[in-house]
Amino acid sequence: MAEEPERKQFVPRIIPPRELFAEGNRACQGCGEILGVRLVMKAAGPQTIVVSATGCLEIVSSSYPDTAWRVPWIHIAFENAAAVAAGIESGIKVLRRKNKYTDQRVNIIAFAGDGGTADIGIQALSGAVERGHDFTYVCTDNEAYMNTGIQRSSSTPYGASTTTSPVGKKSKGQNTPKKNMPMIMAAHEIPYVATACPSYPYDLLNKAKRAIATRGPAYLHIFSPCPTGWRHPTDLTVEIGKLGVESGVFPLYEIVDGKLKLNVRLEKRRPVIDYLKTQGRFRHLQPEDVEDIQRRVDAGYQKLLRREECDSFKE
Amino acid sequence: MAKRTGLEVSLAVSEAVKMARAEVIAAYPITPQTHIVEELSQMVADGELDAEFILVESEHSAMSACCGSSAVGARSFTATASQGLALMHEVLYIASGLRLPMVMVVANRALSAPLSIWGDHSDVMAERDSGWLQFFAETGQDAFDLTIQAFKISEDHRVLLPSIVNLDGFTLTHVIEPILLPEQGEVDAFLPSYEPPSRLDPQKPTTVGPVGFPEIYTEVKKQQNDALLGSYEVILEVWDEFEKSFGRGYKPIEHYKTEDAEILIAIAGSMAGTARIAVDGMREEGKKVGLIRPRLWRPFPFEEFRNSVAGAKALAVVDRSLSFGGQGGPMCSEMRSALFPLDEKPVVTSYIAGLGGRDITIENFRTIVSDTERVLEEGYGDEYKLIGVKE
Repeated sequence: MAEEPERKQFVPRIIPPRELFAEGNRACQGCGEILGVRLVMKAAGPQTIVVSATGCLEIVSSSYPDTAWRVPWIHIAFENAAAVAAGIESGIKVLRRKNKYTDQRVNIIAFAGDGGTADIGIQALSGAVERGHDFTYVCTDNEAYMNTGIQRSSSTPYGASTTTSPVGKKSKGQNTPKKNMPMIMAAHEIPYVATACPSYPYDLLNKAKRAIATRGPAYLHIFSPCPTGWRHPTDLTVEIGKLGVESGVFPLYEIVDGKLKLNVRLEKRRPVIDYLKTQGRFRHLQPEDVEDIQRRVDAGYQKLLRREECDSFKE
Repeated sequence: MAKRTGLEVSLAVSEAVKMARAEVIAAYPITPQTHIVEELSQMVADGELDAEFILVESEHSAMSACCGSSAVGARSFTATASQGLALMHEVLYIASGLRLPMVMVVANRALSAPLSIWGDHSDVMAERDSGWLQFFAETGQDAFDLTIQAFKISEDHRVLLPSIVNLDGFTLTHVIEPILLPEQGEVDAFLPSYEPPSRLDPQKPTTVGPVGFPEIYTEVKKQQNDALLGSYEVILEVWDEFEKSFGRGYKPIEHYKTEDAEILIAIAGSMAGTARIAVDGMREEGKKVGLIRPRLWRPFPFEEFRNSVAGAKALAVVDRSLSFGGQGGPMCSEMRSALFPLDEKPVVTSYIAGLGGRDITIENFRTIVSDTERVLEEGYGDEYKLIGVKE
């Protein structure tokens, strides 16, 4: 069970100024993923070990002899960040029993992209959380394989054009809906699951802090706009994140000990077209496609509202 | 004082892992390795071994978890076989490339297809170039001792590389043998707690596993290879110390009746036992036959090997693995090329036998020797031969 942490809400005054993920890394201009990672690291603090899956984050942060990591960091491969984190957690546990490792709490955070999480890494992730390891898994979701050049993943949304789900005479881009990774993690009945977006930095900081303070596995899914892959101007990253949330395309919620709570409640959602039209990957969509996407988003949002209502029922 | 105990060899390996005080074990069930990890699970459950046992969902995760636990400085162990080893393949290269010491016992088993749970060496030969130290056990005592030695060798700061201890599936893992079990205190004196030169520790942050551009990749690989080649001296040192502590001496290549031998058989693993009996039989008939058994496969003991076969007329290498479309036996092609630069060298013949659990009989060894005699008389016929094929 999740321990109720002492929850100091982040406000500008108490955001740690220290950058544990260093400036001067090689990320693209306007990278949403890096904004999220930077905030997670501020919430985590220096008593942290980071595991990265192969992907954009690993590439931009670790080109030898440079490193962007001011905490211990390890990269092994693409599909196994959760398994490596499990090994680290277990190693520290036994070494601590033998007085061979610091007694202070060490946060273990695994970062992986949507491909490293929802596709190739889902087995190792499922195994690690089922075994109850005490770590936080952060999926930075930019909705395709951006590091290799914008190929679709199972996290690519319906209708998005990528280099392997291209628009053509017989294709409207990605033809299946986005895999609902946070709900798959919630189905593992782990103590903490949340969605976040760097456009809502305080919400993200609080969730990261809460995830990290959780005893046992915690999962944080961060919506990460990607100017390179989504084909939007680099100065619109934060704006597009907001539009994604305000339109209900990417709702922000927490599932604590199985109970879902929407963090940004939208009395009136913006139409999805406001979000879609900002990005080149959706440019080909016709009005009927947009209507189709609107229906899908509406249905998804209603489902969340009903789940929230259900979970808040007090016996 | 060591006591002699009748033990299934798998359980003896578990005992060795316990006495080595392994701290993290991550493993997944696969025949014929499973008895090892079942026994270790029981030891942890009974509180006899203070370790974290990670019940991973695949061998890929087993190897990945061991990388994580080794990187924080915990003594790490896993065991696998066949498809499980193949599934680990990717991560094996990373463990050695990142210089993460750990020990893995491989209960050698054939690779699919067709599916076979029975023994041969095709699983480990596919990992020949993975940068791990690799040993082959012939007996249960061999397996027990090598497991303990492998931790000491791998963790030596001059080495810092992972080790594979090979034991034949079923013909070694599942047989009961008399094993000399040392006292825990003796093992502790021989194998102290692992102190890594650096570890993942927030007090002293390090970046492990960064991207290597073309400017440095070759240099990193050279360092890694130097460490593997350099481990040879450490291995000899450790075996020397082991002999002083426990009275059992080990060599990279074991010899049997080789002094005046004209034809040498080379085979790794438990089938060397049958080969010995075959050698004895042929000796009685006046044939000058001997046996060499490589215990150390990586790093390959070139000098030791060349000395071992010096003076022989022929070397008949028996592989339990087939390199398809190539030279046939992976061990043979290695041995052949090791001898190639020499002016004086034996004729090398290559035989593939014992695939997928097929027994290698005394008669098979006789066939191999008589075929080698024929080659000595007539010259080369085949690049290699499969022995005991039903036509």
